[in-house]
Amino acid sequence: MSSVAAPSASGPLQAAFKLIATADPDLIEIVTLSLKVSLSAVLFACLIGLPLGAVIGSLRFPGRALLNLILNALMGLPPVTVGLLVYLMISASGPLGIFQLLYTPAAMILAQTILITPIVAALTRDVVAAMHEEYREEFDSLLLSPIQRAIALLRDARYRLVTVALAGFGRAIAEVGAVIIVGGNINHVTRVMTTTIALETSRGNLELALALGAILLSLALVINASLMGVARIGVRTGA
Amino acid sequence: MPEVLLSTRQLSLTLGRERVLRDVELDVHRGRTLAILGANGAGKSLLLRVLHGLIEPDTGVVSVHGKPLDHTARARQAMVFQRPVMLRRSVQQNLDFAIRTRGIQRSRRKSGIAAALTLARLDHKRHQPARSLSGGEQQRLALARAQVAEPELLFLDEATSSLDPASTAAFEDMLGTTVAKGTTVVLVTHDRHQAARLADDIAFLHEGRVAEQGPAATLLDQPQGPELTDWLEGRLQPVSTHGADASERSTP
Repeated sequence: MSSVAAPSASGPLQAAFKLIATADPDLIEIVTLSLKVSLSAVLFACLIGLPLGAVIGSLRFPGRALLNLILNALMGLPPVTVGLLVYLMISASGPLGIFQLLYTPAAMILAQTILITPIVAALTRDVVAAMHEEYREEFDSLLLSPIQRAIALLRDARYRLVTVALAGFGRAIAEVGAVIIVGGNINHVTRVMTTTIALETSRGNLELALALGAILLSLALVINASLMGVARIGVRTGA
Repeated sequence: MPEVLLSTRQLSLTLGRERVLRDVELDVHRGRTLAILGANGAGKSLLLRVLHGLIEPDTGVVSVHGKPLDHTARARQAMVFQRPVMLRRSVQQNLDFAIRTRGIQRSRRKSGIAAALTLARLDHKRHQPARSLSGGEQQRLALARAQVAEPELLFLDEATSSLDPASTAAFEDMLGTTVAKGTTVVLVTHDRHQAARLADDIAFLHEGRVAEQGPAATLLDQPQGPELTDWLEGRLQPVSTHGADASERSTP
């Protein structure tokens, strides 16, 4: 009768740190692509979500309650569902098939943008709405147009909105369901940190998975430290 | 007496089930300062907001230069609130925001801001975050921000009620400079002594209606009606029903 020994974690852990310490080219490529995809998605989500949230947060219009309801519901979008919908849109027979986006980083950016735009918009709406309550009479007195209000509120909420963007980035960088469907996890093309961790763990190749896991954890720490730093700057400067 | 700049006729306002303004008839004369006095909950702050167009009355009309209050007339007005709302920017940027939104020509902005900073005695704090200023400084900045576009009509809603005597004196001094330029002022205050110092005319509001109106010099010394007499002698109780609540609700 043979016994199977449990794999020791110390070996893969040492190998993982070696990968990080030696700046392994594959590791760097994966981390770089992850950052490119998620930062691009955050940029597009902010371009859509910040103005949208500012308008919903500062204006009263018919259908606003329904829009809020939809936005709140979209915040909890399952990534695999988003991945599936984007897949159907960009696959060869889909409406955007002519652009041949499937299994490209652009498809991953599109999926992550759809996933985090509601989060950015909803958080922006909450920040702007609270600030607008404070400013409302002053703005009414100054006869500001809706556009002037939205711009002024976005500017004054800038420190809080940095935290909104960082929250969106945190969600995007840790996401796996959508990008694995539309990206295909192709080596040297669409392989990002989360999809690589899933793949390499299933293969029993723990070194790379652990190294990427450590980097993801470090990123989470950096994001949280940034949130705290930005909040402190806001308090110190009276913003 | 100078021409009437702003007037109201049969002005009424209901909030919830409470009629908080009742057939208010007021005349504000150009270049003069009108103080609206009254007990807590009398409807003073609400009336000021109606005069400035922040709240629509249920009935009656507010006229400026004999025409109904419109966007053009409101653009020549400004208001300082009891609690100043400072933008999360520097002192100078707060003034810059006000002057830009008022559509002042680019060539006049810089000199306008410089003059406002000097008037508010905040030159040395121009780059400081506005929210880090003291209460008195913030209120002076609010007044500077309100008058930076040289409004013809300025509303002050208990602007000094939370300030100490020195800050109040500095604010009144600054207001005096604004008034000297010919700005018409309508102010709400609890302080009869402040009304005596600043106002040419007085309107005494009681339970949402103008109980008495006339020149400050005579009205404060020789009140005609029992309500103003009681108020001046400290016997008039604040309105404790819905009227008071309504007034508080409207306060920013």
